[in-house]
Amino acid sequence: MAKSTRFILYTVLLIAALFYLLPMYVMLTTSVKTMDEIRNGSLLAFPTGISLEAWGKAWDSACTGIQCSGLKPFFWNSVKIVVPAVILSTMLGAINGYVLTKWKFKGSDIIFSMMLFGVFMPLQVVLLPMSQTLGWMGLTESVWGLVTVHVLMGIASTTLFFRNYYVSIPDELVKAATLDGAGFFRIFWRIILPLSTPIIMVTFIWQFTNIWNDFLFGVVFSGSDSKPITVGLNNLVNTSTGVKEYNVDMAAAIIAGLPTMFIYFVAGKYFVRGLTAGAVKG
Amino acid sequence: MRALKIKNVKKSFGGVDILKGIDIEVEPGQFLILVGPSGCGKSTLMNLIAGLETVTSGEIVIGDRVVNDVPPKDRDIAMVFQSYALYPNMNVKKNITFGMEMRNVDKDEQEKILERVSKMLQIEHLLDRKPSQLSGGQRQRVAMGRALARDPGLFLFDEPLSNLDAKLRVEMRTEIKLLHQRTKTTVVYVTHDQIEAMTLGDRIAVMKDGHIQQFGTPHEIYDNPANMFVAGFIGSPSMNFIPTRIVAAEGGLGAEILHGEQNWIFPLQDPQGKLQAWVGKDVILGVRPEQFTAAEDDEPSYDCKVDIIEPTGPDTLVFVHLNGKEVVCRVHPKKAKHPGEIQRLTVDLTKAVVFDPKTEARIL
Repeated sequence: MAKSTRFILYTVLLIAALFYLLPMYVMLTTSVKTMDEIRNGSLLAFPTGISLEAWGKAWDSACTGIQCSGLKPFFWNSVKIVVPAVILSTMLGAINGYVLTKWKFKGSDIIFSMMLFGVFMPLQVVLLPMSQTLGWMGLTESVWGLVTVHVLMGIASTTLFFRNYYVSIPDELVKAATLDGAGFFRIFWRIILPLSTPIIMVTFIWQFTNIWNDFLFGVVFSGSDSKPITVGLNNLVNTSTGVKEYNVDMAAAIIAGLPTMFIYFVAGKYFVRGLTAGAVKG
Repeated sequence: MRALKIKNVKKSFGGVDILKGIDIEVEPGQFLILVGPSGCGKSTLMNLIAGLETVTSGEIVIGDRVVNDVPPKDRDIAMVFQSYALYPNMNVKKNITFGMEMRNVDKDEQEKILERVSKMLQIEHLLDRKPSQLSGGQRQRVAMGRALARDPGLFLFDEPLSNLDAKLRVEMRTEIKLLHQRTKTTVVYVTHDQIEAMTLGDRIAVMKDGHIQQFGTPHEIYDNPANMFVAGFIGSPSMNFIPTRIVAAEGGLGAEILHGEQNWIFPLQDPQGKLQAWVGKDVILGVRPEQFTAAEDDEPSYDCKVDIIEPTGPDTLVFVHLNGKEVVCRVHPKKAKHPGEIQRLTVDLTKAVVFDPKTEARIL
């Protein structure tokens, strides 16, 4: 590539990167400024000193409606929802994918196409029937109700991921294990699952991000003690008692987004490594 | 070491008949080859014997037990797959012992068997490696080791050599034969390679379209093919099929052969008079390439114009036209002529065969 083209290319990339980083910059700097500094300075100005006061307030004393305990309870609600929902939906997806590729039965392809339909279904469609179902199950307004909703809604995409991955694992492996005397679950645990690290990582990131960032189900199906962090953030920002504290709002927004960023930093590496390792050759 | 009997086995998938009544019987310790073009049903038959598929009707007997409803792991069989099917997440040692672990074989016993098998196949130095760190030949050995560890009554090989390069294939072929001679276990071996079939088998079942075309020893199949398909499938280069007509000749019957302006009659021996009804009718004459050879100087000969030659080393294949059909002759390299020259040929018709051109069935 000619030097000039390369120069233009990098300039364009740099501008694009700055454009995407700008909101991040504004959020970070604003969150460590004091209110005085925000009122008197420009939005883009570099902070004169670093004050973590806003972060502390956003975490445990900012008001969300009438309750003033910050994002902390909402954060832990989200953790309590996300962890079981991600684990359950990933496991169900893995077993479904395993059955749909290695233990095909009459009609399994039809079932798969129907599940595929679930991936494209708009979320709003399920709100009413789901709330009725949760009522019957006695899970309304609870953390476990939200877990149930997320697991059910997640199965379609996790099944799709695992099914497409398992198609590339040779059937002869399952035949060989059958002849060796292993049954359905043993083959799954001992042969198939150890080969699944890359797709488990993909599904994990996908499900974690989706469920952590969910607002619609969180706002509709949660009770006063089970609101997830997205709902908490919304309430915090919309609660207007006196002055609008931009630094607290920004800190709260970053807190709400940190876990997903963290997941990308940690699992993203495995994800790429898994894809490049070309897992099943042999 | 167990006998295998397959009695009138049929298999259909969703209304499509894959196997249309298969009968095979092999004695304990025999090496059975299932050979045929792809889609002939040989792999399906293998899966039925292994128990990976269920038969639609008929019986499969291993030893003296009908195994139709016996699950694969209890059939006393072991299988080697085309892709080897080694567990990628386990090392070689684990790959070999996995089956024993599933069958709750005692740890010390496992070690003993592992040692014996890895010594036999010379893979002791590979035990800690993962399958991805092995070459094709090594993977093949490990796959055989896994089967051997089972010490089965019946070995199943599903095209085990077709993923290897040519040289390695020949080596492994010899090794499989050696292994069979040492263990004396009954083997069922699926292949589409007729050389593997001829070199390895005690019995060969040639299959096509879900039927057994012929079942017999390699010699029977080669010298006495039941029909045109078997004759053409086994042998390389394959048998020459010359369209011709049966005519009366001095002292018996013969086949009319034209080459350019020349007109010959190939005398056929027909002690049982099978050709009498075909006098004056069109037939197909089958002659293997090695039955056409160069004539000695003082021998009467058929002089043919050479189209092309293919030197293979020990022999040179000389291509001529008889009755408008290309015919391959296996000639000693020193006597082979060049394209355009005249080759003096002689033909040994004692093993010649004659087929009905419509049904492709054997007449003589």
